[in-house]
Amino acid sequence: MLSAHGLTCVRGDRRLFAKLDLAVGAGEWLHVRGENGAGKTSLLRLLAGLSQPAEGEIRWCGEPIGQAESAYRQNLLFFGHHGALKEDLTAMENLGFSAAMDGADFQEATALAALYKFGLKGREELPVRVLSAGQKRRVMLARLAIRKAKLWVLDEPFTALDVKAVDLLSNLISEHVANGGMAVLTSHQTMPIPGGRVVQL
Amino acid sequence: MNAMLAVMRRDLLMVMRRKSEVLTALFFFVIVSSLFPLGIGPEPALLRKIAPGVLWVGALLATMLGLQRMFAADHADGTLEQMAISPTPLVWLVVGKVAAHWLVSGLPLVLMAPVLGIQFDLDPGALGVLMLALLLGTPLLSLIGAIGAALTLGVRGGGVLLSLLVLPLYVPALIFGAGAVESHISGLGAGGHLSLLAAILTLAVFFAPWAATAALRIALE
Repeated sequence: MLSAHGLTCVRGDRRLFAKLDLAVGAGEWLHVRGENGAGKTSLLRLLAGLSQPAEGEIRWCGEPIGQAESAYRQNLLFFGHHGALKEDLTAMENLGFSAAMDGADFQEATALAALYKFGLKGREELPVRVLSAGQKRRVMLARLAIRKAKLWVLDEPFTALDVKAVDLLSNLISEHVANGGMAVLTSHQTMPIPGGRVVQL
Repeated sequence: MNAMLAVMRRDLLMVMRRKSEVLTALFFFVIVSSLFPLGIGPEPALLRKIAPGVLWVGALLATMLGLQRMFAADHADGTLEQMAISPTPLVWLVVGKVAAHWLVSGLPLVLMAPVLGIQFDLDPGALGVLMLALLLGTPLLSLIGAIGAALTLGVRGGGVLLSLLVLPLYVPALIFGAGAVESHISGLGAGGHLSLLAAILTLAVFFAPWAATAALRIALE
């Protein structure tokens, strides 16, 4: 379970948010909302451990994430604004590489099934460079279906997706949460996923 | 360990898909070190004298060419973030990237150097010492370069800053590397210089990845 206590985030001279408390347990998800520039991405990067809060602490199962680093990272899947896709490599190669980064087993059959699920049949051997923006997003999302992480931290996961892919992703998140997973995500849409709480920044 | 090999394999794969980067550095090395004999003219004694220095400076500048891109692409497309939160410690992944950089930009120089050395009328013994010195020296260039590349990550006009940062740190490698060949030619034996080069390399292998990792973490904040 992930919890944050008294988080304060300062960017430059601006204080984005102060004394923020949040907690997300098994089978729950958090919807982080706020205006543009309110600090949603900053909050998510703090939760992922990519930057340090000015004040406050983030804990994973009661331990500060700095100390429980490797246990935390094994359970964390973070999606930033950038796709972390290599344009010159194919979708399969990209998935293989991110699986190696995550320390997960990579089975081609599973990866292929995930790509098919996201409608990329016949495109798994194309360099990612030639795919459309939405298709690139889908390649990224295929990672969600492969990696077994307990906590998903997703920054604007619905950007550039068509209606079908949005449904697919919502289902994937509901399934994950229903199976005792956790998710923290930002989005400007309202989402029909049960078990959610809103964090307003 | 697996992740480190994966980083290496991916970087090499990407180079294979886009060969121009490697070839640019290699051609640069070949052309720069060929211009000197052409410009100076056929004076074997003088050429032998300047050969170690010219070849080493050529190798050093050729390594600089690709240095800025070592982490820049990963930073721009978010791969670096993913590497930073990987369960595998970032320092291992940095080692993987540096190793890939050396295989791509250092090793070809080592293999090319004896061919270029012939233009300077170096005898086979001196060519051997030159290769050995470059074999010890080019990984050092990649390691020190990684610190510079990580420090200037995300800085506008980082290229110039990178050269200013890194070139002074390359001086020991240049002195001992070129010195090894010179002292072999003058009959003093290259052992001392090569040992010192190896000692610096050992130090860099231990410390440079940590320094580069710390710099990358700052760049990601």
